[in-house]
Amino acid sequence: MATAEKFVGRSVLRKEDPEFLTGRARYTDDLSVPGMLWMAVVRSPYAHARVKGVDLSRAMATEGVVAAYSASDFEWAGPLLMAWPVTDDIKNPPHYPLTATPRYAGDGVAVVVAQTRGAAEDGAENVLVDYEPLPTVTDVEAALADGAPIVHDDLDTNRSYTWANTIGDVDKVFAEAPVVIKERYRVQRQVPNAMEPRAIVVEPNMASGHYTMWSSTQIPHVLRTAMAIATGIPESKLRIVAPRVGGGFGSKLQVYPEEALALEVARKLRRPIKWTETRSENFVATHHGRDQVQEIELAADEDGKIRGYRTKILANMGAYLRIIAPGTPVLGAFLYCGAYEGEAYHIEITGVFTNTTPVDAYRGAGRPEATQAIERAVDALARRVGKDVVEIRRMNFMPPFTEATQSIGGLMIDSGNYPATLDAALELLDYDQLRKEQQARRDAGDRKQLGIGFSTYLENCGWGPSRVIGGVLKYAGGGWEASTVRCHPTGKVVVITGATPHGQGGETAYAQVAADELGIAVEDVEVLFGDTDIAPSGWDTYGSRGAAVGSPAISMAAKKVVAKARKIAAHELEVSEEDLEYADGTFSVKGAPDQSRTIPAIAFSAWTSHDLPEGVEPGLEESAFFDPQNLVFPFGAHICVAEVDTETGDAQVLKYVAVDDVGTVINPMLVEGQVVGGVIQGIAEALYEEAVYDDNAQLMTSTMTTYAIPAATEMPSVVTGNHVTPSTTNDLGIKGVGETGTIAAPPAVLNAVVDAVSHLGVTEIERPATPERVWRAIRDARGAQGGGA
Amino acid sequence: MTHVSVTVNGESREADVEPRTLLVYFLRETLGLTGTNVGCDTSTCGSCTVLLDGESVKSCTLLAAQADGRQVTTIEAMASNGDLHPLQEAFRRNHGLQCGYCTPGMIMAAKSLLDENPNPTEEQVREGLEGNLCRCTGYQNIVKSILDAAGSMSGASA
Amino acid sequence: MIPAPFDYARAESLDHAIDLLGSSEDAKLLAGGHSLLPLMKVRLARPSLLVDIGRLSDLSYVREDGDHVAIGALTRHHDVANSELLRTSVPIVADAAEQIGDPQVRHVGTIGGSVAHADPASDMPAVLVALEAELVATGPGGATRTIAAGDFFTGLFESALAPNEVLTEIRVPKTTGGYSYLKFHRRAIDWALVGVAAARSNGSVHVALTNMGDRPLRASGVEEALAGGADPAAASARAAEGTSPPSDAFGSAEYRQELAKVLVRRALEEAMG
Repeated sequence: MATAEKFVGRSVLRKEDPEFLTGRARYTDDLSVPGMLWMAVVRSPYAHARVKGVDLSRAMATEGVVAAYSASDFEWAGPLLMAWPVTDDIKNPPHYPLTATPRYAGDGVAVVVAQTRGAAEDGAENVLVDYEPLPTVTDVEAALADGAPIVHDDLDTNRSYTWANTIGDVDKVFAEAPVVIKERYRVQRQVPNAMEPRAIVVEPNMASGHYTMWSSTQIPHVLRTAMAIATGIPESKLRIVAPRVGGGFGSKLQVYPEEALALEVARKLRRPIKWTETRSENFVATHHGRDQVQEIELAADEDGKIRGYRTKILANMGAYLRIIAPGTPVLGAFLYCGAYEGEAYHIEITGVFTNTTPVDAYRGAGRPEATQAIERAVDALARRVGKDVVEIRRMNFMPPFTEATQSIGGLMIDSGNYPATLDAALELLDYDQLRKEQQARRDAGDRKQLGIGFSTYLENCGWGPSRVIGGVLKYAGGGWEASTVRCHPTGKVVVITGATPHGQGGETAYAQVAADELGIAVEDVEVLFGDTDIAPSGWDTYGSRGAAVGSPAISMAAKKVVAKARKIAAHELEVSEEDLEYADGTFSVKGAPDQSRTIPAIAFSAWTSHDLPEGVEPGLEESAFFDPQNLVFPFGAHICVAEVDTETGDAQVLKYVAVDDVGTVINPMLVEGQVVGGVIQGIAEALYEEAVYDDNAQLMTSTMTTYAIPAATEMPSVVTGNHVTPSTTNDLGIKGVGETGTIAAPPAVLNAVVDAVSHLGVTEIERPATPERVWRAIRDARGAQGGGA
Repeated sequence: MTHVSVTVNGESREADVEPRTLLVYFLRETLGLTGTNVGCDTSTCGSCTVLLDGESVKSCTLLAAQADGRQVTTIEAMASNGDLHPLQEAFRRNHGLQCGYCTPGMIMAAKSLLDENPNPTEEQVREGLEGNLCRCTGYQNIVKSILDAAGSMSGASA
Repeated sequence: MIPAPFDYARAESLDHAIDLLGSSEDAKLLAGGHSLLPLMKVRLARPSLLVDIGRLSDLSYVREDGDHVAIGALTRHHDVANSELLRTSVPIVADAAEQIGDPQVRHVGTIGGSVAHADPASDMPAVLVALEAELVATGPGGATRTIAAGDFFTGLFESALAPNEVLTEIRVPKTTGGYSYLKFHRRAIDWALVGVAAARSNGSVHVALTNMGDRPLRASGVEEALAGGADPAAASARAAEGTSPPSDAFGSAEYRQELAKVLVRRALEEAMG
């Protein structure tokens, strides 16, 4: 029987949960292979040095140690993949897994292989490296200054590239505008800190020359190609498996030195190799995020109507360009106007090398940076022209549209209704009352002051379309997604996806999409992914592309299944295809609904193949590739109510409201989970987390005790609301949701904190707004005002 | 080598291990109980939380030798005969997990919390989780799950 | 991360522990291990021998002893925090114990281990200094001596304990007057950026500071001002006197000194209110 109940749009509980809840989920470090050896990486304590010698003898003499290698023991077929040369003249010194010239503290200089985890660590400790320290630089502006230490001495500069885009007559608009504001922001570096540190197991089959690599990665497909490039092992002999992956947030959207090393060491020793990152290693050896210095200018009328945008970004790349690092700031390059109108737009991004851990995508990748710049600058403009922060947003919004529309930032936006989400968010709290309470506290000179911050963001995600990203954006990879839908003879269905979920709930969401197309129960759909031998094609999960690009591919493959099934049904029912109606998994003859065939029944026929129509092949299984024609553009309004202790500088979020429009929602529970998780990560970005380097380019915040990821104790609850403007990019109307929280939340929080103390003369607080920074801002403002509050 | 004998999930388990063997690696590597995860080196994240004589502890900061002669309970023992524990049910019902990595530690910390205080307030639940980090959920649904479980457990015993 | 190899011995008695401690030059005591094991995992501590005193259950107690409460060194933070006797007789000790680490740490970490570690950022030392507690050390042959808390902490991670002595008991005077232990930290799990212990007893108020120098510090200036009749606001202005707080990833010395003033005032208001 077909079920009339649709699954898309319902909060279906997660299919994947039971194994996680019972400890049966298998992450990479849970795996063991007979004969396996442990690898440990010897990392440079210096952020820049020349290795004059590596003495492996003591390491080799360590109990349990089997082998030890330094950089010169490896010959690589190619460097680690850098896939996004954003300009023709980009400087991209090749990056190999081990080096004799470490360029950041944590850069690998040797590896040790041993029989146990502990022995590998003992051996690594016993590798004696003779370093000649070299001068270091960590700050982007210092790195561009004359006489700065040069990170790559074969270059004469630390500038990797400058990417720029101009729309309209920017100079004229700025020259004629009565109001110009210029803001400068530092977007601090962050350490992504997925809860599962990275791990790798490589099993070689020396007889066949095949290698299987299990890795905690977001990108098994990209990794397979990258490993072929680095090691010369053909892709056809490489199987990459991403088993359960304990979070990524972009940090596992990478091709890492340890992956290539484990593969090469397994090849050398003809033994399985395992490497598991410690958290301490994770802090220095897994890529970081953000780290920009921004200058944003707005040209406006006296009343606050924005005419032009002019932005200059210095983006810290770290020591090497990693997989999409140069493009990460470019992902936000079209969003420095937010959801607002204007006449002219200019953006210039310069990527800079420093002696720091490489920087690459971190949840939001380029878009949180852009959003924080424009949303904070709009608040600054409101202060300047004396307008309420809600009012200034409303008067500058692009008007609602349902067909693709050009933005001043250069995007062709699928659909949008920015005032609607702001209205919806304001309905979730009493704005006027909050302003009254704020004024009362100000009048009373309360120790704890109240602030209200807004972020009415717009973002672009759903990474594709291949033609565009590979064209004007110069990205080396593709942006399509692949799927296979296979109907088994007993009516059960397997969906294979090239998008590789790692905790978001993709298994459940994809099953919902397939179940609706095929008219079967979601329980009857199994979703397979994350193994390149099972799901050979795809571009994986990042940039909020799972739902927006992955699910349309599944829908397309399922539709192909239905089309083939229609042929078989027509044949069996002895009518023409046009005489059949299809609904909820059942074909029935028009006018004779009792004459019908269900998809499971047809799957059985296709399997036995006893009586198929002429020209129809056996089996009921179809594949599809979906390449979107555009990105998708989620938007929304977030409001943060914060309280600041003016004596200690401590800022707490009292209330947080998020209304997001992510297009059609497959599973509201999963969407809410993504929003809330992202918002909390964004609040942590605004108030807590910061990677700090000292003068010797040593990471000071290199453990979870010094790098402050907040716990439940510190974080508020988030009130969510939903608004739907279907995307015009895909037939399902889906936008993306994975990154909206980290994109939207930081400026909402920072605007609230600044607002709380703006009456004391504070106009800017550097991120993250730690108690000490807030305290200093208040003190400095009071000092500037001649004391007193 | 040091001989340790620990009752793990009700079963007596013995092994000779290096003295430096941490309890979490004894569980994961010696006994093959990989449900307990390791997320940090600094006793911060709580992913490795198990029960020692019924109370939550961080198994990355205990030697296996310190558990000798004692009772250890891990996530693997929370469901019985295929039936999820009320906490596990509540985590599922309330979407209290995403990538799942912190989940075993969260559930074991929650178990200890509810054993000590069967009817906690939201604030008490949040305080009780101060030693467990999650990067995915923003904690909201974890807190909700634990409050839900407390309700269903006290309902069941009433 | 795995500690460097070491030998392990479980002490069967206090005497046995002291003997073992004397048997190897860099032997270390293991109580709960929550101060020591993290250091060993990053290999900043590499003792040759670990003497596990965790099973010496007769060192885990909280009992009344005249005008004092005696706390066995191996009493876990959890048990200190939940001791009815402490809650009624010296509530500041229970209150501070509840603010240490997180539940898992409190289920294992011991008051003696934490105090003997002499970390100026940990909470209990300042409380003991403010209370003028006595610390009992036992040495070879069972010889015991009593050290005033104010003399016990001699520097960064340094105490007055001899290498072959074990801290066995902490004696805190009953103090049911007003009190406050205020800890300023960004996360509940963090060490105190600054902590303030204030306890009122017999008409005077004692104040000590956490993480404002290389050891817990008595805020003598504040106490002097209070004795001279100053109110909390005026007295707290002297909170930074004689302090030399660290500047680190958590906060600068300057900020800590300002925080100390604010927190001392708040603690005094609470203790004296």
